[in-house]
Amino acid sequence: MSSLLQAASGSPEQSTSPLAVSPPLEQMGTRGLFKSYYKGTLGIPVLQGIHLSVHEGEFLSIVGQSGSGKSTLLHLLGTLDQPDAGEVYFEGNRIDNLPSASCDLLRNRHFGMVFQFYHLLPEFSALENVLTPALIAESTLGYWRKRKQYRRRAEELLELVGLSDRMKHKPREMSGGEMQRTAIARALLAEPSVLLADEPTGNLDRATGEQIMQMLRELNQEQKLTIVMVTHDPWIAEQADRVVRLGEGQIQTA
Amino acid sequence: MYKLLLCWRYLRTRYIALVCIVSVTLGVATMIVVNSVMAGFTNEMQSRLNGMLGDLVFECRSLDGVADAKLHMAKIRKATGDAIIGMSPTVSVPALMYIDVMGPNREIQAMTKPITLVGIEQSTYADVSDFDDYLQHPSNRQQLEFKLRNGGYDVYDHQAEDNENAKPRKQMERAGWPYRRYKASLLKQRELIAGREKASIETPESNLPKNPFGPANDQAEGRDFDPATEQHPGIVLGIGTCSFRGTDGTDQFFALPGDDVRVSFPKASLPPEAISEFYTIVDVYESKMSEYDANFVFVPLRSLQQSRGLIDPTTGIGKFSSIQIKLRPGADANQVRDQIREAFPPHLYVVSTWRDKQGPLLAAVQMEQAVLNVLLFMIIAVAGFGILAIFTMIVVEKTRDIGILKSLGASGRGVLGIFLGYGLSLGILGAGAGAGLGLLFVKYINEIADLLGRITGQPVFDPSVYYFYKIPAVVYPQTVAWICLGAIAIAVMASILPARRAALLHPVKALNYE
Repeated sequence: MSSLLQAASGSPEQSTSPLAVSPPLEQMGTRGLFKSYYKGTLGIPVLQGIHLSVHEGEFLSIVGQSGSGKSTLLHLLGTLDQPDAGEVYFEGNRIDNLPSASCDLLRNRHFGMVFQFYHLLPEFSALENVLTPALIAESTLGYWRKRKQYRRRAEELLELVGLSDRMKHKPREMSGGEMQRTAIARALLAEPSVLLADEPTGNLDRATGEQIMQMLRELNQEQKLTIVMVTHDPWIAEQADRVVRLGEGQIQTA
Repeated sequence: MYKLLLCWRYLRTRYIALVCIVSVTLGVATMIVVNSVMAGFTNEMQSRLNGMLGDLVFECRSLDGVADAKLHMAKIRKATGDAIIGMSPTVSVPALMYIDVMGPNREIQAMTKPITLVGIEQSTYADVSDFDDYLQHPSNRQQLEFKLRNGGYDVYDHQAEDNENAKPRKQMERAGWPYRRYKASLLKQRELIAGREKASIETPESNLPKNPFGPANDQAEGRDFDPATEQHPGIVLGIGTCSFRGTDGTDQFFALPGDDVRVSFPKASLPPEAISEFYTIVDVYESKMSEYDANFVFVPLRSLQQSRGLIDPTTGIGKFSSIQIKLRPGADANQVRDQIREAFPPHLYVVSTWRDKQGPLLAAVQMEQAVLNVLLFMIIAVAGFGILAIFTMIVVEKTRDIGILKSLGASGRGVLGIFLGYGLSLGILGAGAGAGLGLLFVKYINEIADLLGRITGQPVFDPSVYYFYKIPAVVYPQTVAWICLGAIAIAVMASILPARRAALLHPVKALNYE
């Protein structure tokens, strides 16, 4: 695992320094991103040349109609998918062409992800769900050695999101808001530098959605966490520092 | 770490998967039971094969034998050192045995049986084989003397562990001297009646023997042989030569200890001349190998040598046709065989181990076991396809979870590991349970057979069909280990395909899977 860590963090710095695009403030960015989906042989273009910069410590929201490609963009930023053309940068390094092992490591250590449908593992309790990134990162022995440390951190995070009394509960015993808060705690376990949120309030009522937004804002302000949030709800989007509108596969400046 | 935890959770929550390992369990249990019982039968058979034959058999190629067993035995001992603990010379010759039975019209008929007549040295034959253990009289089992006993022949098979299973042989109650006397008196009466009838039409027969140059026997010495008080040389019959097993499982005897039989065999001369001798049955042996029980008949070595003219009249040294050799436990039979082979000219003598002699039979049993194992392993292979189907279902059901794990940084290999590990743990569980069940079944196999027999009213293991009273079973740990390993390997192999499918899932498609 440690050699993987070096491979992911060390080699891009050495080899891609000429490629590094470094306006000092940019933490993530895309250059001319294209992506199409295929139904049979028919290609449906979703993203058609997206240029986007996300600055360090910024709370950016991306809005657009459903089907405008905002989730696709988020997946590309999070290396869950590969673009047809264009480049994705993270901290000055190109990440869209990394080998899959490095992508796994980026997702595990540097990006936190929150989804509309929470995506918790039904077999695990809230605490275990929060611990999942650590379980994935560590070998059995490694995890066992540091289990107390990880557990304490997970408990702190669950306390932070106000779920200290729900740690042993399985997802099916929790409400939507609680599940989403668990998902946020999970996303924060590895102390990521960027939080990628895909419609985090999309499946919640307004009041609960407001709580979640409050939490994200606090994380952004107090811990200087960079947040990229995708939403179709303009009212939710308004609460971010900056709003980017996506339409017809392109960024439409508001 | 997450692989172990997820495997464990899946194991505890997916009961459908537990259902599919039941077939693995049953397959493994069946294989263990069948292998143990077959090994038991093979073991029993081998010990009986070896029990009747010595470990090694040294034979001369001539039917008429070669002279001086002592000299040969000394040479064999010299060639092999201390590997041999017992030797016994024998003479064997193909023969015809006639047993007198009552015909349908109360006339005496001779029933003819082809047999192998074996002359044995009663003092040493027990050292090289378990022959003595198979005799029906307790004193003969201590030391066989070829003398008719007064009575006390086993009515219940002494080789059965308890008399409950053995069907009594009521006829054996009568065997012995009293029976012989009774038969002699019957014969006398018949002769008297026949004599009276004959006397009216024929002149009495001359007391002189028909052939003055024939073999000297008691009658020729000038006095009558009295069957009520005297016996011919003793003979021990195989149980298959003098009895048959009825449909109800009881043995019916044509002849009992005390009866006389006539045996015809060739003399050792050229051209061979057939001679006929009377013998008195002194005991019956039952090795439970029908091949032996229905073929071999034993008489004292010296008497057979005399009858066949195998004794040199000047020196008194007899000829023998084979020497049975018993080896020290742990000695390598093949090595000793080769040592003896080197010491004697191969065109005159054949040296073989009992395994060599029973080669085709042993090979057939081995083949049978191999084929059965292949067929039974197919059962486990079928169970493997069950695992494949259910795993594919579970992977589909867990598609989203796989997407979640991948979005959190789990590698394809890690996801592969979850499902392979799951297959492995199911395999271990199934094989473990199967081994437990199988071993338990083998331990209580006779009780289970009895119970099944009581429930169905039809005995599962009918001792009247087999010569054993209990189902023999031997468990070889090695076999159990191989069966379990095979089952586990099949479970893992069956999970490879679904696991690969899971590993190759695209994270975004998996996450959005409905």
